[in-house]
Amino acid sequence: MALKALDIFKLLPKTNCKKCGCPTCLAFAMKLAQKQTSLDQCPDVSEVSKVELAGAAAPPIRLVTIGAGPGKLEIGNETVLFRHEESFYHTPGIGVMVSDALDGEALKARIEAIRKLKFVRVGLSMQVNVVAVVNASGQAAPFAKAVQAAGTLDLPMVLMSSQAAHLNTVLAACADKKPLIHAATDATVDAFIALAKTHNCPLAVTAPDLDKLAPLVEKARAAGIQDIVLDVTCPRVPDTLQALTAIRRLALKKNMRVLGYPCLVANSTVDPLLNVAECGMFVAKYAGIVLTELDQPEQLLPLLTIGQNLYTDPRKPIQVEAKLNAIGAVTPDSPLMITTNFSLTYYTVAGEVEASRVPAYIGVLDTEGTSVLTAFASDKLTSEKIAAFLNSDEVKSKVSHRKVIIPGYIAVMSGSLKEDSGWTVLVGPREASGISKFLKTTWTNT
Amino acid sequence: MSILDDAKEKWTGTINEVTIGATKQDGGTRTSVVTVGGAGALPFMNFEGPTPRAPVVAMEIWDREPDDWAQPLVDAFGPVLKSPADWARKCVEEFGAEMLCLKLAGTHPDFGDATPAQAAEVVKAVLKAVGVPLIVWGCDHDEKDNEVLPRCSQAAAGERCLLGAVKEDNYKTLVASCLADGHTILGLSPIDINIAKQINILVSEMGLPLNRIVMYPTTGALGYGIEYAHSIQERGRLAALSGDKIMSLPVLCMVGSEAWRTKEAKASQQENPAWGDEKTRGIYWEIGTASTLLQAGSDILVMRHPAAVSAIRKTISELMVK
Repeated sequence: MALKALDIFKLLPKTNCKKCGCPTCLAFAMKLAQKQTSLDQCPDVSEVSKVELAGAAAPPIRLVTIGAGPGKLEIGNETVLFRHEESFYHTPGIGVMVSDALDGEALKARIEAIRKLKFVRVGLSMQVNVVAVVNASGQAAPFAKAVQAAGTLDLPMVLMSSQAAHLNTVLAACADKKPLIHAATDATVDAFIALAKTHNCPLAVTAPDLDKLAPLVEKARAAGIQDIVLDVTCPRVPDTLQALTAIRRLALKKNMRVLGYPCLVANSTVDPLLNVAECGMFVAKYAGIVLTELDQPEQLLPLLTIGQNLYTDPRKPIQVEAKLNAIGAVTPDSPLMITTNFSLTYYTVAGEVEASRVPAYIGVLDTEGTSVLTAFASDKLTSEKIAAFLNSDEVKSKVSHRKVIIPGYIAVMSGSLKEDSGWTVLVGPREASGISKFLKTTWTNT
Repeated sequence: MSILDDAKEKWTGTINEVTIGATKQDGGTRTSVVTVGGAGALPFMNFEGPTPRAPVVAMEIWDREPDDWAQPLVDAFGPVLKSPADWARKCVEEFGAEMLCLKLAGTHPDFGDATPAQAAEVVKAVLKAVGVPLIVWGCDHDEKDNEVLPRCSQAAAGERCLLGAVKEDNYKTLVASCLADGHTILGLSPIDINIAKQINILVSEMGLPLNRIVMYPTTGALGYGIEYAHSIQERGRLAALSGDKIMSLPVLCMVGSEAWRTKEAKASQQENPAWGDEKTRGIYWEIGTASTLLQAGSDILVMRHPAAVSAIRKTISELMVK
């Protein structure tokens, strides 16, 4: 929990010496609370105060990095329980588990399948962004071989073994890639802490329930391990979901430092349909990494999309590309409608046009992601802007007529638009639900 | 004391229970009924409070043969798509549906323009074919719905169907029918809590109690606005659990129709080779949409593909184990 200015003020020297550049200690405290300055600007602050302020400034859920380089995965540092309260920030890692019990060809096929899990949808690219190697064989040699094969994917890795010795061998070769060491249990915690310290890699900790998990984490923290991930996978899905929610709440609302880390869930449910349903819920409810044994594109695409959607910032409207879009089998005579680039507005309009089954063009204007009325009110959807679009080469090359349909809410613009563009202006419905009727009656009759 | 106890929230509100369907005893002919609601905590958080009633999946059927459904859906049902009664029977007998959602798509002036009498016949035929409770949904054309739905309401009098959907500016006709014929009602509010409240107030002021209303805050498919639907459902549920009685109503979401409208569900493998198998992609898309919304607090999920329905029902029973 962030400290308020007055709480910070109490920890300052209260000398009003101005050495920090602020007129008073209180002014300095206010700047600190707003994160506009840093504590080291105060030369006289006591060591005790420094420790206390640093502790309070640390985020309630630690940001943990898995992997190194441009493809590294950053998880944690979440600040709310529900995205509408602010936003979710670090989209979960979604990854495939690779068993080292697979023989040469099968292992190769598995790795190649994972390599293909890259997608482009609505103009954005995304991919499976973590890979886990499971030491199912229980042997050191196959594990090393599988880790090497998975390493060719160049993705952040989770190394899953109960044997510290096997991990130690593997880490000697790949510690610089900062894989997640998985996972310290009650029985192995000391050896795994040693591994994480020696190789300077993040450590996953797991236990059957939260009461058993907390002391293990405490031990790792006491040993100086900072980058910790909590594996909360339970045999039953509802228990996993409850642990995820409880950890998020305790970290944020009770400031329970020992649980202030991102969580991991590894799902081995055999039925692929059920597996996707379960993984989807883990993504929606707080997991930082979700691992599955599925490796088909149609199975991973929805999971990545859930993360993509729920981790968008609700305070910043999502935008679609401003361009001329064709819906259905359009011809140069098809109607042309104008709307904004606020994604919800666009998809609502596009959905209704599609449902009407009248092929049509939708001209999307860049209104900085605002809806029709907001854009109009803030001069982001002006007659000049629409006119410029209508007379652009993009439109001229595809539309042969000169009749434009504008949203009913900006009917008042029709006169000026006609003047600015030279086009005939038809006033469409105010709500998207009226589009179908409009296209079939008003449009046809013009 | 366990750490889990420390994480408990104290909720003051409970979601109303709404029963859909009436057996002979209650003046209908249903052989089973569905009760949703009753939650006193966030979905499936058993450590802090009950989710006494499992969310229910209703299978979507139409009054006419759909001509724009994706091939995997058409293949899953086959020739029964031509007959609403056969379609209903297949859903219940073969796929174990607990409830059906009959969409009167064919009454839309642009897509068949079936008459109110024809629609009422379909409702009767479906009620006769199966014993599960029924959602009767118009064609989302206000004027036509106001002609069609009262006739359907009458044809199903006493069966305690869920009729919908009413809107802020079009509710009086249908609420009157619901009152006269003993049904429950679905209130549509486009991702807006204030409109949802407004509808609940308007409908209850006409005399329909809050335990006969289900909210439909509208649904966005995965990839196409699901985050709005998810957040509005979460906000609504939090308000309800915090004691806002006007928001303490069960929520329905249209998973199937939204998910199967998307490019991800419909595009061929040829069109998008990287997206994977076109036969199952839509099923996974429907499942992904449903599981996300399930976590936001959904009480009725209207779905389409039998495989997706089955997976989500299994997931729900998994979650309901105490």
